[in-house]
Amino acid sequence: MTKKKEELGSHLLGKDRLIWIYTQMARIREFEEHVKRTFLEHPGAMRGHTHLADGAEASIVGALATRSPQDFVMPTYRCHGQPIVLGTPPGRMMAELYGRKDGLCKGFGGSMHLADPARYFPGTSGIVGQSIAHAAGAALTAQVKNTGQIVYCFFGDGASKQGAFYETLNMAAVWKLPIIFILENNEYQAYTHVKLEDANAQAGEPLSKKAAAFSIPGATVDGTDPLAVYEEVAKAAERARAGLGPTLIESKFYRLSAHGNAITVPPVPTQFPEHEAIGVYGNKSEFKAAKDNDPLVHFRSHLLQTSVLNESELKRIDDHARAEMDDAVKFALASALPSPGDATKYVYA
Amino acid sequence: MPREMMYGEAMAAAIAEEMERDDNVVFYGQNMAMTERDPMLKKFGRSRVRIAPISETAEIGIAVGAAITGLRPIVELWMSEFMLVAMDQILNEAPRLRYMSGGQVKVPLVLKAGFGFSAGWAGQHSNCLYHTMMGIPGLKIALPSTPADAKGLLAAAIRDENPVVYLHHYMLTLDTGDVPDGEYVIPFGVADIKRTGNDVTIVATGWMVKKSLAAAEQLAREDISVEVIDPRTLAPLDVETIIKSVKKTGRLVLVDQAPRQSSAAVVIAGEVAERGFEYLRAPVALVTALDAPVPYSEPLENYLLPNEEKISQAVRSLVAERSLRA
Repeated sequence: MTKKKEELGSHLLGKDRLIWIYTQMARIREFEEHVKRTFLEHPGAMRGHTHLADGAEASIVGALATRSPQDFVMPTYRCHGQPIVLGTPPGRMMAELYGRKDGLCKGFGGSMHLADPARYFPGTSGIVGQSIAHAAGAALTAQVKNTGQIVYCFFGDGASKQGAFYETLNMAAVWKLPIIFILENNEYQAYTHVKLEDANAQAGEPLSKKAAAFSIPGATVDGTDPLAVYEEVAKAAERARAGLGPTLIESKFYRLSAHGNAITVPPVPTQFPEHEAIGVYGNKSEFKAAKDNDPLVHFRSHLLQTSVLNESELKRIDDHARAEMDDAVKFALASALPSPGDATKYVYA
Repeated sequence: MPREMMYGEAMAAAIAEEMERDDNVVFYGQNMAMTERDPMLKKFGRSRVRIAPISETAEIGIAVGAAITGLRPIVELWMSEFMLVAMDQILNEAPRLRYMSGGQVKVPLVLKAGFGFSAGWAGQHSNCLYHTMMGIPGLKIALPSTPADAKGLLAAAIRDENPVVYLHHYMLTLDTGDVPDGEYVIPFGVADIKRTGNDVTIVATGWMVKKSLAAAEQLAREDISVEVIDPRTLAPLDVETIIKSVKKTGRLVLVDQAPRQSSAAVVIAGEVAERGFEYLRAPVALVTALDAPVPYSEPLENYLLPNEEKISQAVRSLVAERSLRA
């Protein structure tokens, strides 16, 4: 169940770690803000569909704060947040989004298909729910090779209605795979509110209830609080490392941007529309409440209040993140487009 | 030394030998290795030989995730139709991840399944589905027609760095033949000329190779010399060997157990039309299943599928056109 913030202290983590968490959250936010601005400032630089992680920062960073250096991280097509935490150069990520030669995947994947296997991020799927099985496969590798690695598998509330979710959680439980299933409940399955498509949500119950179907632990945590996420994921990580199998954690937060940029047909330019709460449901108050509970702003005040950092120290982190992502955009814009003749490369190994 | 072996045994030998050779090979599927008496389980242990639930999407998806992180999984799927419930993983995950990552990962896995079970299994367990996968660059497709090929192609599939759909034909399971002992790997994309001849070229796969060879035997008695080519892999496809044969014979019969609609036969016909038109002395003939699901009752099934007589008849008609473009 959702923990009250007051129950959690910063005692779990040292000062350096708290600063690290804030820094990564700020970097993710800045990256996504730069992506969003690209639609206005450099129209045409990005093609297809782009999905942002703003609102998910606390959940992503809180979870990955429990990670050991060689653990696998398997997000979905909403995949900009995790590699930033793993140390993937943002310039190469941005260049991938811009379809450039210096992109992380040389322009072959785009926003939905980032991959940085050297940093234990082997790739993503653009098809909802399917990467849950891939993540369990990475856990199988760790188990068979007895490497001690565990897998952080991120997916959305929508994905938890895919067959791949049910099949994979069952198999992961039967095989006791070292994996943590982090169900990011951001309240919207693309454009549909979770209460319209999820039986647990409709009954007013947490989505982590699904864990009971596989006889594995399930927990719901406040995904806007990185320390709450840290605490719950740490337990699951310990369980996975001990060979006791998977855990399902529902991390509740609110996606602060629309599902993705508007789907337009060229030459009509695309950009981010209003959030579905307003654009589809006309629910301005819901969206305002979510904005007021912005995890980044929240954690920033927490660090101020607990005197971990003062205003000027926080500002330095913010400025640094902004400058880093300014540079990422510059790097991406300066990078050449791929050679067209390379299009048949990488079909087969 | 070659040893006489059944087609089914040859596959088991390939898996055991490759698992012996490479610790990264793992093997799992439904209803296998269920008791401690299982020979594979005894030899390789529960970590590498596993029982899977009836969950093709997870079984194959887990194989994809395991492959991109360093294992070489073989998934025993039993019947190729069972792959249909996991088509996203087969058509849109396994063959895409390497490409989308700009070549950073590879996906070495084998999806092993039987097909074409023509023994009263009716509409949902008798199909030839390879054409649904032929349109997917990134996948490889192997279809052995003999015990030796069953072993050599499976060893190659396990060693391949790409996702391979390995389809064995149910009706060949008990067929025997000489199989080389020890390491035997047949490179993909190399067709095998199963019988040489001068008048007509037949290209066939799976069970249809056997039917075509029987037809060729009959036709030889009628003084018609038939060359039978088995491509062995449909992706990659050895068009070169087919063109070379057509250059010699000038006549081509394509035999495919699948329905004619978008069959492998149609694809090969297209390749030959583009690259071997000048050598053709008669139109290309297609002998395929009729465009219908597979029926249950025996006379209905027989009517629908290609057989020795239909193949022979197609060859005879082409030879009768000898005068067309001599």
